[in-house]
Amino acid sequence: MSETASADTRPNALSAWPDIDGRFGDFGGRFVAETLMPNILELEKAYEAAKADPGFKAEMDLFLTDYVGKPSPIYFAERLTEAFGGAKIWLKRDELNHTGSHKINNCLGQVLLAKRMGKTRIIAETGAGQHGVATATVAARFGIPCTVFMGATDVERQAPNVFRMKLLGAEVIPVTSGTGTLKDAMNEALRDWVTNVSDTFYVIGTVAGPHPYPAMVRDFQSIIGREARAQMMDRLGRLPDACVACIGGGSNAMGLFHPFIEDEEVRLIGVEAAGHGVETGKHAASLKGGRPGILHGNKTYLLQDDDGQIIDAHSISAGLDYPGIGPEHAFLHDMKRAEYVSATDEEAMEMFQLCTKLEGIIPALEPSHALARVRDLAKELGPDGVILMNMCGRGDKDVPQVARMLGVEL
Amino acid sequence: MTNRLTTRFAELTAYNRAGFVAYMMAGDGDSQGLLNALPAAGADVIELGMPFTDPMADGPSIQASALRALEAGMTLKGTLAQAAEFRKRDTETPLVLMGYANPIFSMGWEAFAKAAAKAGVDGLICVDVPPEEDNELRTALTKQGIALIRLATPTTDDDRLATVVANTAGFVYYVSTTGVTGAGTGVVTEVGAAVDRVKAASGLPVAVGFGVREPEQAEAIAKRADAVVVGSAIVDAMHEGGIDGATGLVKRLASAVHAARR
Repeated sequence: MSETASADTRPNALSAWPDIDGRFGDFGGRFVAETLMPNILELEKAYEAAKADPGFKAEMDLFLTDYVGKPSPIYFAERLTEAFGGAKIWLKRDELNHTGSHKINNCLGQVLLAKRMGKTRIIAETGAGQHGVATATVAARFGIPCTVFMGATDVERQAPNVFRMKLLGAEVIPVTSGTGTLKDAMNEALRDWVTNVSDTFYVIGTVAGPHPYPAMVRDFQSIIGREARAQMMDRLGRLPDACVACIGGGSNAMGLFHPFIEDEEVRLIGVEAAGHGVETGKHAASLKGGRPGILHGNKTYLLQDDDGQIIDAHSISAGLDYPGIGPEHAFLHDMKRAEYVSATDEEAMEMFQLCTKLEGIIPALEPSHALARVRDLAKELGPDGVILMNMCGRGDKDVPQVARMLGVEL
Repeated sequence: MTNRLTTRFAELTAYNRAGFVAYMMAGDGDSQGLLNALPAAGADVIELGMPFTDPMADGPSIQASALRALEAGMTLKGTLAQAAEFRKRDTETPLVLMGYANPIFSMGWEAFAKAAAKAGVDGLICVDVPPEEDNELRTALTKQGIALIRLATPTTDDDRLATVVANTAGFVYYVSTTGVTGAGTGVVTEVGAAVDRVKAASGLPVAVGFGVREPEQAEAIAKRADAVVVGSAIVDAMHEGGIDGATGLVKRLASAVHAARR
């Protein structure tokens, strides 16, 4: 209970949260229906036990290297650096992971945990489809039946990923309730979990949801920052001036940021999706345009109206189209340890094309948002500066959508 | 804590009668009219749904009902206004609000508790605030004499049950099946055993719901439980047949429940 988290049980270091109640400061917690509480508590125990088991870590490491392709390199983006005319831009190449995004780092961990817990069915929600594909992939590898909930709107705009999931043997259920996007997919996954509570493991794709998900997903994604930090030291003999990542729920950003939290000289910058612009109300920037509330198991910043009803997010990028944000980001925001800015649909489209032309790397629309703010930051820091950006996903999945937006018929 | 809930359940016990708890959604159709009509139709306790955009524990009927209500402009303040209007006409029927945390958190736990007390509300079921997270809400409600009613489920084992029923008041809502509202009821014998277990642990009356739609089911459960809750079926009847449709169903369900122990 929150009252039991007395001052002496609260972590001292910013990187040591959550506390025993799953709180990051005032954010996080376990706001779920009673049916799920025993499951959440069982999961927390199982995860703690797995963390302490060298066998679990060894299995993870083996699959991370041989199956996912870890470590992913860091890459000096020389032509983007030239084009932006300032700080040196390094990209952490997590888009080179098997399945094309950072999502598999987490899916691998959770599916191995599900196997360890004797669960016989996997469910997941997905927005852009990257998490759905990664979950379906790992589920296929371990022979566990998998059901993916996906908003009907997203099913339409991410058709290649839908087909990919089906090839992988997953059942894809289009969700038409609400606005048919990521939040509705998450509602539907929670409803499924409430119904099939004993045999089903819910693989949440982002650093949100009830405790222990935000901490667990962060831990699995922290491989991004751990690798990148060591690689920077190895290649440059120094840490970057800033780490930059895009944010929907915030899993790739949290994975990049976490190993740098205690490095006070490193700025941590999260880029939310501003859609048509935060001032228009059509956006997905929960920190910039929202306020604290309770949804999907945790207390965090949410897009909501005066009555506490959730407002639909808008972004060109299905992966960022979520009206909330992970509770640890809410905490780092309020503690002023991380900075949160935003980029519009239009800026993301521009960066998508620029990065493709200059670097021969087709970025997903999600990290294209981060590139827009890297451009400003490069100028601000000047030629002596070093920026590390997580290229969290590749853009193959977005090619049909971008073609449509550019008026090209494929 | 003595309020209309304890009084009502004491009366039911005295008559050796199970109670009928009717759920309806504030703001879906002429909800004020239905609310006012429920006691005469046989509802011993009323659960008034507070609409929310993302009702994670509800099935299709109540989801759709909430969205219709929000579309029609219903708010938490509007829901409390309907409760207050009802209370002007009926001073005896216990009124319990049921919904999700965010609109309440948005208003402020204390501000909500005060406004609800002023509106004549007797209890609150907040689906996504489990005991681990309810300290502030429970404190605010207790100060206003409003019962925080908790849900116990088939997944609640004996260890967990002690946590669930601690600090609860009014009655315990036993969810007869894992799943969302309206999804189909549990096996009656298992439900009976669970009711006894929850009753022994809490010392409170136990109401059983989730998936009860037909008078026969309601009657079977009423033989073992202190009360039977019906939600989705009433919400559907209201949407399809208006106040007459809904009260017609409530009459049939309530008389089945009331006759169960004869």
